Amino acid sequence: MRPELDLISDWIRPGARVLDLGCGDGALLAYLQAQRQVSGYGLEIDTANIVKCIQAGVNVIHADLEAGLADFGDSSFDYVIMTQTLQAVKHTERLLDEMLRVGRQGIVTFPNFGFWRCRMQIALQGFMPVVKTLPYQWYDTPNVHLFTLRDFEELCRRKRIDILQRMVLDHAHRPRPRPELWPNLLGEIALYRLGRA
Amino acid sequence: MPHTFPADSVGLITPQTAHFAEALALDCGRSLTEYDLVYETYGTLNAEHSNAVLICHALSGDHHVAGYHEDAGTRKPGWWDNCIGPGKPIDTREFFVVCCNNLGGCKGSTGPTSINPDNRKPYGPDFPIVTVKDWVRSQARLADRLGIHTWAAVIGGSLGGMQAMQWTITFPERVRHALVIAAAPRLSAQNIAFNEVARQAILSDPDFHHGHYYDFGVVPRRGLMIARMLGHITYLSDEGMRAKFGRELREGRPNFNFDTEFEVESYLRHQGRAFVDRFDANTYLLITKTLDYFDPAADFDQDLAAAFHRAQARFLVVSFTSDWRFAPARSREIVQALVRAGREVSYAEIPSDSGHDAFLMPIPLYHDTLRGYLTRVAHEVNTPAVSAHASPEGHADAA
Repeated sequence: MRPELDLISDWIRPGARVLDLGCGDGALLAYLQAQRQVSGYGLEIDTANIVKCIQAGVNVIHADLEAGLADFGDSSFDYVIMTQTLQAVKHTERLLDEMLRVGRQGIVTFPNFGFWRCRMQIALQGFMPVVKTLPYQWYDTPNVHLFTLRDFEELCRRKRIDILQRMVLDHAHRPRPRPELWPNLLGEIALYRLGRA
Repeated sequence: MPHTFPADSVGLITPQTAHFAEALALDCGRSLTEYDLVYETYGTLNAEHSNAVLICHALSGDHHVAGYHEDAGTRKPGWWDNCIGPGKPIDTREFFVVCCNNLGGCKGSTGPTSINPDNRKPYGPDFPIVTVKDWVRSQARLADRLGIHTWAAVIGGSLGGMQAMQWTITFPERVRHALVIAAAPRLSAQNIAFNEVARQAILSDPDFHHGHYYDFGVVPRRGLMIARMLGHITYLSDEGMRAKFGRELREGRPNFNFDTEFEVESYLRHQGRAFVDRFDANTYLLITKTLDYFDPAADFDQDLAAAFHRAQARFLVVSFTSDWRFAPARSREIVQALVRAGREVSYAEIPSDSGHDAFLMPIPLYHDTLRGYLTRVAHEVNTPAVSAHASPEGHADAA
């Protein structure tokens, strides 16, 4: 995780206000507080994770992302972050809209279903792929939307969302050495910084 | 007689009384020329006087929040003993904990049962109706008396949570952290309706005598008992009651009369009867009005966020899933206003089937939440150079 935290941290302006959707145990926000002196909140639905956030000194608010972000005003955060969450929510498109309503910029990461191993498993074996970034079986996966870099970029184009920066990572969350080389085939995790057009 | 107490208990406690000779102007327009506040403290105030924590009690609570009293041979500890003590979530090795019986109470602080200095008779129904703001102002005087300028934390559940909120608005610079548990930003019409039925039960008791029942040597037992029974129903949840009592018949079969047949009836009657022996009806009436009147947004054009704009404290808000008296949605109103005001806040919704009463229960996730939060508060106030603005960790990283 550490390289990914560094990449995200590099994109964040010091002192920014940040909202982390699905903040888990608060590791990212704690890191950004220490490295970038950010303020803001994490939203999380799991009470055990909420306790961990509080122990880590991270402001965390119990919330169900599927209910939207109605408690938060337009442009009330500099960045809204969603790491490994977009593929696990039901109303993906609405949450993207909400993210860029509440935040001036959005930062998202998700597992790339276009990764070559995924393609091979489906094409040659005929099974739903199980890879390091998508370790679940089809019947117990929390991921309800699986998509590729191209799928995501097509959605951004259609919704007039600006892609400000893109990185492709491997399964250990390390940046790939030559990110422009077939990113949708070689990237295991996608990392985007988004803005409103 | 020697006592042995559990190692994590604050042990034997003697309440203290602070007398205030200067008049206190109240929201109702009247004033108390002089008054007493009875209080308890646990732990030790540190040299900087920065580790004091105020516990605010709810409707039927009092200053005896932890430890044991010598009298009555009772082994019953204070009402939040499971949470306060050495090694407990509100750790008395770290904090100097203060709790007072609020004005209008019946456990030693000046209230309806006290003697009115003007006529040497008990105040009774003539005791002024005090507000949460009045309480906070009286507690601030107690803080002054104890040499506490800033509370490390003000903590309360239910009506106690309302006092914690009011503290951050009335005295923004005197509260570092507010822990608001199972509370609401103001009562709903339904909440007020329950209070009104409770009041009518007391007011219509023939032994009430317009509140002057002390003169007649009686107490409105039936009214106060019904009020408490009603209150108890709202403190429990449907699922909690079902689990605890079900539809169990005490004698296994119906008797076709109005005696106590179901276990839940027996429980409620017991709770009602026990309450009559320890609580005053005029205080009960008064505090239900205090609850009804609480509305910090009213001073700010009905904008709760505007009320919190002046607050400087950081907040922890906690609710319980099965609490329908002050449901999680009411806590979310508080959180939403704090977010809009740009305040620092964490919010945890604790799974529980204990209803409103859950805030008094040692639920592991709940106590972990309090402990996690207060551990950081303790570190903040018990580390030298409390007022340093820069975070020490940040500088260490840069070095």
